[in-house]
Amino acid sequence: MYDLQHITEDQLDALKEAGNIGAGNAATALSTLLQQDIDMKVPAVRICHFNELIESIGGAEQPLAAIYLRVQGDAPGNMFFLLEPKEAELFVHYITGDASFSWSNTSKDDINLSALNEMGNILAGSYLSAISDFSKVNMQPSVPQISVDMGGAILANGLIEIAQESDYTVVIDTVISLSHPNQQQHMVEGKFLLLLDPEAFGYLFRALGVEEDD
Amino acid sequence: MTETEILHVGIADAKIAVHPQHLRTAGLGSCVGVVIYDKQKRVAGMAHVMLPDSNLAKQAQMNRNKYADTAMDDLIANLVRQGASNNRFKAKLAGGAQMFSFMSTDEKMRIGPRNIEAVEQKLREYRIPIESKDVGGTNGRTIEFDTETCGLKIKTVNKEEAII
Repeated sequence: MYDLQHITEDQLDALKEAGNIGAGNAATALSTLLQQDIDMKVPAVRICHFNELIESIGGAEQPLAAIYLRVQGDAPGNMFFLLEPKEAELFVHYITGDASFSWSNTSKDDINLSALNEMGNILAGSYLSAISDFSKVNMQPSVPQISVDMGGAILANGLIEIAQESDYTVVIDTVISLSHPNQQQHMVEGKFLLLLDPEAFGYLFRALGVEEDD
Repeated sequence: MTETEILHVGIADAKIAVHPQHLRTAGLGSCVGVVIYDKQKRVAGMAHVMLPDSNLAKQAQMNRNKYADTAMDDLIANLVRQGASNNRFKAKLAGGAQMFSFMSTDEKMRIGPRNIEAVEQKLREYRIPIESKDVGGTNGRTIEFDTETCGLKIKTVNKEEAII
């Protein structure tokens, strides 16, 4: 296990850069697909206690629409793309043109959900492939899945691996937003969270050239 | 009348309440919330466990409240220290859902059911009867225990509140 207490500033910066490259590529992919400007905020990387992480997404009970997938390969982990449930509905209306979609009347085989899932696929795939290309570390997304539920219940799913070693996790957090055409305020804001497994750090730090000197 | 004090239990956390305090934990997914209480003494303990077994720990200094087995050992010891009696203990539990239908590994997919099983196993060892439970399924839960009525209120995102 990489001791999270001993992560250096350089290492955090390298992870931030990776998050930047990943989310930047995801934003570009989305922008190309939708023919729309996508704004991206500077990524944040922090080491926080599980409970702090849950507070940071609005608290354990905050309803969220989440696209979740497992990252496989040399630097495994868990990835989430989180949206406010209402904004996720708008996002679906926007990408499918079907304004009737709502969480209250959807079913498992809803074509709109497949569209949202496919968005998750594209976003996560472009996020991870950019980091892979940049670091030469193999990272592959699993099939994404959607859940609309309490934030704490959703995020705990991404903490199971790390929980066996720590009560803290490194969070790579990037926000992208899509503005409505001809309008100033954002329509949809989505948050990428990448939670790496403990064994991912050594590998990734070596690849990024920020290995600790022994 | 003053407002009831609610003790908030975080993830991988545990607390003891004495009447009229309430115990609450929010957003249980695959985690399990377990309450052990002595109705006569009006004391109760709640743990929010993430993992079934402390043998999974790869930490030098582990948080005992994260694992079903160690969290419940401590919970019971702390209740006894508060003057509660072993032979009056009863338990209620909730959680252990599977939030996503497909998981990368079977082990991870089964984390909810394994947490439930571990908690129930521990209760059997201590011979503590389970009064009620609301476990499994695919939804997150918030639970609140009232030391006055010993009712456990269950909230989910899309169902009516229930008291078990």
